[in-house]
Amino acid sequence: MNVTKVLNAKGLACPMPIVKTKKAINELETGEIIEIHATDKGAKSDLAAWAKSGGHELLKDTEEDGVLKFWVKKG
Amino acid sequence: MSDRKKTTIVLFSGDYDKTMAAYIIANGAAAYDHEVTIFHTFWGLNALRKDTQVPVNKGFLEKMFGKMMPRGADKMRLSKMHFAGMGPKMIKQVMKKHNALSLPQLVEMAQEQEVKLIACTMTMDLLGLQKEELLDGLDYAGVAAYIGDAEEGNVNLFI
Repeated sequence: MNVTKVLNAKGLACPMPIVKTKKAINELETGEIIEIHATDKGAKSDLAAWAKSGGHELLKDTEEDGVLKFWVKKG
Repeated sequence: MSDRKKTTIVLFSGDYDKTMAAYIIANGAAAYDHEVTIFHTFWGLNALRKDTQVPVNKGFLEKMFGKMMPRGADKMRLSKMHFAGMGPKMIKQVMKKHNALSLPQLVEMAQEQEVKLIACTMTMDLLGLQKEELLDGLDYAGVAAYIGDAEEGNVNLFI
């Protein structure tokens, strides 16, 4: 996967992962991919809902050692 | 007219925890690219107060109100388990541990995200608060301005 940007949102509490992701994705072009790392347990539901509403695509998500990783394609 | 969705919140409460909930929702909605309005009325106005004393001319009752109400977001009380001030101290410590933003930081973040913060002028008069005592960058309005935003709103809350 061709990732344009990696966002470290580890340790941040709600609503910061979404606020940071929004800021970061604003700087991308349509079709580019951002990789997000978070530790907030709600991030999975939050990011999925947020991406859907904003017309972005959540390509993939993983969980490893308590770190949630997401790949979102800007729509 | 813009096609962005709108979130409108009436903040009536002057409690730290309730105000925090309002500002977390507002910041979340702003990240959703909503146009967000928080209409501060009654005790909710205290979230907008500067934390320093600002010399202004006012009557005796208004002065008393000013002294009895929290001066700024950081000095607000908890709605539950206030414990004469121990509650807020404890919760702020826990919030730091969990890396949650403090209420003043949430207010700042909301302003950065261009959340429209409205101070209700009618209740400002009742509580004796003047513009000079409130944060910079606020809008001053009444119920009609709020309804104007809320009638196009998709999310509307009273806290």
